[in-house]
Amino acid sequence: MVAVAVVASRDLFSAAMLFAIYSLLSAALFVVLDAGDVALTEAAVGAGISTILVLAVLALAKRYEHPVKALNLPALAVVTVTGACLFWAVSDLPDFGAADNPVQTHVAPYYVNETYNDMGIPNMVAAVLASYRSIDTFGEVIVIFTAGLGVFALLSVPPKRRRRRSREDDQ
Amino acid sequence: MDLLGHYNYYVVVVLMMIGFYAVIARGNMAKKIMGLNLFQTSAFILFISAGKILGGATPILRDGVEVYSNPLPHVLILTAIVVGVATTAVGLALAVRINEAYGSIEDDLLTEVEDADEDDEGTA
Repeated sequence: MVAVAVVASRDLFSAAMLFAIYSLLSAALFVVLDAGDVALTEAAVGAGISTILVLAVLALAKRYEHPVKALNLPALAVVTVTGACLFWAVSDLPDFGAADNPVQTHVAPYYVNETYNDMGIPNMVAAVLASYRSIDTFGEVIVIFTAGLGVFALLSVPPKRRRRRSREDDQ
Repeated sequence: MDLLGHYNYYVVVVLMMIGFYAVIARGNMAKKIMGLNLFQTSAFILFISAGKILGGATPILRDGVEVYSNPLPHVLILTAIVVGVATTAVGLALAVRINEAYGSIEDDLLTEVEDADEDDEGTA
């Protein structure tokens, strides 16, 4: 419901606020699904940092969205067909929450049983993230560094110089 | 094949399609990026749902708990959330840059600006 409101509202400020609410709700859902660490990250990053970023953009751009046609029929058709395909595919997935699902029987028991013997810390998520898969986490840091460089490269030129340059291009 | 056993997955599909619709049908770039985030979150819920065991507990070792939910999807999604914010930041930075260069982040207005530029070149 909140998701629909996010897409429907034309005031981008209220859309950003609704998106923060949506993030908090999904964080609550993650708690219910036993993912405490993910819920913390989603609440801090999804509801916090993303909202701040969107608000920063709205401070620079126009607050109100340009009016659009109420329904974009080709887009709606594409979405409906894709959704129907996914519904069909979902019916092949194993039942939710069963302990003998394939995802629970492959390598997960090793991590559940051996994490404390291998690493000596009780939080399995932290152990996998920082010890077993630390090289991958290092890769993640590189991705974030690259993103930071990209943002810096896009925004480092002061606005006045940029505008003058585009005027010179016009002449 | 019962409906209740797949309820989470159906919710995921509906959320994903709402986000998808926002990305392709909305002209405003900030709104497009919000749609992209919706799409992302639905994928997160899919993974976390797959890792849940009914009657299980948060995967932090402690006394008196026998069944833990699968910690591996949690790790994967932790990484995905952070990378998602990185992509959001780059996308919004692009939107800011476009706004500075053309004075708008609306698709249709940008198309008008582009057409006007082409007309100028044609007359000159």
